[in-house]
Amino acid sequence: MSDKQAFKIVGTRPVRPDGVDKVTGRANFGADYRLPGMLRGRILRSPHAHARIKRIDTSQAEKMPGVHAVVTGADFPEVAHGAIVGGEGAGDYSDLACNVMARDKVFYQGHAVAAVAASSNAAAEAALAAIEVDYEQLPPVMDLDAAMAEDAVLLHDDLFTDGLDEKPDKASNVAQVMSHKRGDIDAGFAEADVIVEREYSTATVHQGYIEPHACTATINEGGQATVWCCTQGQFDVRKLTARVLGRDVGDIRVIPSEIGGGFGGKTTIYLEPVAILLSEKARRPVRIVMSRDEVFCASGPASATKSRIKVGAKRDGTITAMYAWLAYEAGAFKGSPMMPGTFCVFAPYDVENFFVEGFDVVVNKPKVAAYRAPGAPQAAYAMESALDELARELKIDPVELRLKNAVAEGSKAAYGPEFKAIGLKECLQAALKHPNYKKSLGENQGRGVAVGFWFNAGMQSSVEVHVNEDGTVAVVEGNPDIGGSRASIAMMAAETLGIPYEKVRVVVGDTESCGYSDVTGGSRVTFATGMAVVQAAEDIIEQLKQRAAATWEIDPQDVDWTDGQAVSKTKKDVEPLSLSAIAATAARTGGPILGRASLNASGAGPGFSVNMTDVEVDAETGRVEVLSFTAIQDVGRAIHPSYVEGQMQGGAAQGIGWALNEEYVYDDDGILQNAGFLDYRVPVASDLPMIDTQIIEVPNPSHPFGVRGCGETPIVAPLAAVANAVDDATGVRITDLPLSPPRVLAALDNA
Amino acid sequence: MKVHVTTTINGDEIEFLCPPEQTLLDTLRDDLELTGTKEGCGTGDCGACSVLLNGRLVCACLMLGVEAEGQDIETIEGMSEAGELHVLQRKFLEHAALQCGICTPGFLIAAKALLEQEPDPDETTVRYWLAGNLCRCTGYDKIIRAVQDAAAELRG
Amino acid sequence: MQAFSYTAPDTVQGVLDELSAHAKSGERAQVLAGGTDMLVQLRGADRAPRAIVDIKKLAETNAVEIGADNVFVGACVPGALLSSNDQLKALFPGLVESVDLIGSAQIQGRASIGGNLCNASPAGDTIPALIANQGRCRIASPSGTRELAVEDFVVDVQKNVLAADEFLLGIDFPRPTTNTADAYLRFIPRTEMDIAVAGAGVSITVENGRCSAARVAIGAVARTVMLVPAAAAALVGTSLTETDLVAAQNAASDAAQPISDKRGTAEYRKKVVGVLLRRAIERAIQRLQESNS
Repeated sequence: MSDKQAFKIVGTRPVRPDGVDKVTGRANFGADYRLPGMLRGRILRSPHAHARIKRIDTSQAEKMPGVHAVVTGADFPEVAHGAIVGGEGAGDYSDLACNVMARDKVFYQGHAVAAVAASSNAAAEAALAAIEVDYEQLPPVMDLDAAMAEDAVLLHDDLFTDGLDEKPDKASNVAQVMSHKRGDIDAGFAEADVIVEREYSTATVHQGYIEPHACTATINEGGQATVWCCTQGQFDVRKLTARVLGRDVGDIRVIPSEIGGGFGGKTTIYLEPVAILLSEKARRPVRIVMSRDEVFCASGPASATKSRIKVGAKRDGTITAMYAWLAYEAGAFKGSPMMPGTFCVFAPYDVENFFVEGFDVVVNKPKVAAYRAPGAPQAAYAMESALDELARELKIDPVELRLKNAVAEGSKAAYGPEFKAIGLKECLQAALKHPNYKKSLGENQGRGVAVGFWFNAGMQSSVEVHVNEDGTVAVVEGNPDIGGSRASIAMMAAETLGIPYEKVRVVVGDTESCGYSDVTGGSRVTFATGMAVVQAAEDIIEQLKQRAAATWEIDPQDVDWTDGQAVSKTKKDVEPLSLSAIAATAARTGGPILGRASLNASGAGPGFSVNMTDVEVDAETGRVEVLSFTAIQDVGRAIHPSYVEGQMQGGAAQGIGWALNEEYVYDDDGILQNAGFLDYRVPVASDLPMIDTQIIEVPNPSHPFGVRGCGETPIVAPLAAVANAVDDATGVRITDLPLSPPRVLAALDNA
Repeated sequence: MKVHVTTTINGDEIEFLCPPEQTLLDTLRDDLELTGTKEGCGTGDCGACSVLLNGRLVCACLMLGVEAEGQDIETIEGMSEAGELHVLQRKFLEHAALQCGICTPGFLIAAKALLEQEPDPDETTVRYWLAGNLCRCTGYDKIIRAVQDAAAELRG
Repeated sequence: MQAFSYTAPDTVQGVLDELSAHAKSGERAQVLAGGTDMLVQLRGADRAPRAIVDIKKLAETNAVEIGADNVFVGACVPGALLSSNDQLKALFPGLVESVDLIGSAQIQGRASIGGNLCNASPAGDTIPALIANQGRCRIASPSGTRELAVEDFVVDVQKNVLAADEFLLGIDFPRPTTNTADAYLRFIPRTEMDIAVAGAGVSITVENGRCSAARVAIGAVARTVMLVPAAAAALVGTSLTETDLVAAQNAASDAAQPISDKRGTAEYRKKVVGVLLRRAIERAIQRLQESNS
């Protein structure tokens, strides 16, 4: 690619600016903050999955030595219903407030019912044990079938199904239904030579970030709170916390720490309002850190789902009709990623007739949070599994089948808009040519392929660029660096300004030191914040040209900015002025040089991927070993290829875990049985092979460097790729995830 | 009642008082302000709190502070010497073997323990040795490569 | 973690005195070895006071003695040291493997055979291997040292026979002959870090092409690890053909009395424990062939 060679920095692999602090233990994460006089906060959590709170008595706890504050739901203001706009995932402010601290009911085991601040963790724990709560237990509703049943126990008396043609007169656990269609599926299926129809399910899974939620809060005598926390979005924490506490946004300052993983799970709030209230009551700073079991029980996992897919095709592989029924568990409160699921399920395919309907359903599990391409992996698992069976029945290569029906530039996406430049076909063609697609397979081995899709987001970003007096440059942005974004931001700044990467420092500001920026989520940072940094750098360049023009006493239009220096187009007798030279004399040419940009980015290029994997199945134990995994993805432009590969590899690993062993296991009372890394089995190093990556670059026309988001698409395809490979190895189609050994062995024995 | 403990941490003789029920991890993080050692689970399942105890790899969350009496402990803060990064630290940076970075101190300590007893580990050996360190970001690929590359450089 | 008192005596008598004092006062005392299970348990909901007596400072619990007839492994020797002991590995490769399977390299740095046994989990990885190798518990008690076969030591889930004033010093084994080999295999969903869903340990002695002695123990398929004489009987006197191994496999599956839980179904465990035993026997046979060639 000729345009790529024109870049000096984009496409290279420098060491990230925050790297040394992170390999030496100096980087401060959420639990690493400490303030003078700081108290330890702990949260009392419901032992029941579904119960009415009849009484809470905190009087004993309040009297205990070392206890400085106790709060319950009664200390929180009533919060009106209202949709949470922006951020990742859907939700309602009133629900959020009740999720942070239960009021009259608990909706899942682990639901917060009270909190204490004490002089030590031990004192805080002792105080929790002294809080008396009388519960009236209610039957737990633990899965979609139970929740959607005609006579289901209801979680919320005031929840009425949204999206029905007629307003319902009866409350329901189904919070929302929605559907979209194109053409006529009955006619489409009538045209089909082969139809595959299946029902699938996926289990509740957790993002599994290694850093538990943590925050430290202090509130001054004037009522202004400062919060240090690990979050994907400091501005979202501020907005949500202000709303839950009924305060002004301006009264809360949020300083993001380094963040130890989030994957969408740190886009909402759990601890922050509690810590602020405790701090206010105790008049001292309070730190709350979740334990690992609290993370599993009481932060937001990803939806369990059930889906029905029907796909019909002609003998030549042309898909004539697609139907999907997708139900998502939302957890205790409405707001699953059902909607993106319905938008994603058919997105890779250009088909004339389809109908998709989705259901958002509450159950007595923690309220789900975003997890990397929220809603898409579950939908793609079902769709891509069905396509695999279709390919088998048609005796068509599964990649060729997808290629035949793939969307391309100009196709109308199933979710509405017309695609601009996209790279699905390029990915599929790369898969066909990939050596891993041609390797021979041994006994009990199989190969699976699947396609992944995610929209990618734009949203709001602000960036300031400061030129320091020696020509070094500081970039202030508002997106916590969750996986190396300081590097890509610095690279784009350096590339635009024409200066070395090492001259740029990137600071992630807090809510009062940088302009508003939406969350680090939606794969938006390198795209949207990257767009802002380029614009801010261009703002700088304009000013640098003006300063040079003033120095040379020529028109700024007669100055070019080339290779990091101002060059006169008209005066041949003047030496070019470097950025550092201009910076050194800035005081004389108009003062400090400050560039900025704030935007609401549109044109996030959709991301497509193709994954293929080889597995071996132990026919006597049902254990699935992943022998190889190949991730091919169109990322538009890889600014820092190592971190792009890292996204692809990490997403693959999470997807493999989702496919094979990860699941929430509840007992009949709705108590989580595996709230720890021992039995919630994320892949360990010895479970995985090297994950081969192939970056495809079909530049996104909406971004100055062609970037499209790359962080979420990687988790979409692996679930089906693994399931398809297991089918290929065993000849048995298992339609429920995870493909845990007992499930696989039972399926083999029953086949 | 608190117990007086004398121990060596990163070469420094350290004395501290701690209640018997306090883990070494809490002692390091809360009392000694050595927050480079991370807590991911508190139950020995994630390896983020890996430290070396007399050169042997252990989880600081599964040891009491009082058990450190008379022992020699190395944490991530002691890994680079005189401002010079350890080869493993440098290789982790060069290979982009970290994304969020929370697991990184634990991986580095664990990898150091491996290379001290096995200078030329194959991929499988590295993977099984590091199975006690969870990383949720990288898929381990770049970590394994960084460790093997560091081993090669250390062998010279 | 709940508050407790902590002592670390440096003599056997010192530990016995501590335990006796607590036994008399009625305050619970718990013996601490590597602590990799106990520290997790101490985070639990049980808030009753207790005393922790650390036995890691004793010479006896840290000893590994390899004699002409007898091998002794101290209760506190961490797995990492056992795995790096080449002599021990040559004598009891299966036992050392079972130690090596407990948790991660980090866990290996602390976890011990003694702790694994006293924790008395049905899924304790070393226990089938200890039983297969005729391990005998060496127990310090106020009236002196007593011995007990490992299979008689664990009486129920997380319950062992130790009285409140006793503790485990270590395990004695008869030194295996050169025509004896052991193996231990377990099944876990991942490759590392899980608790055994099922496990099988075996020791076989082969003389002149015939199996002259065998011991089989299976784990995670009953309330305690089980010695399975029927599986051993299926092997003794045979030339260890595929058919004989399958007979042992079936005997193990028949003997298993598993439950269904978050780690696996009863049906699954019953089947897989037999598979593991057959594979473990194959491994032991292979070891004999390698050592004889």
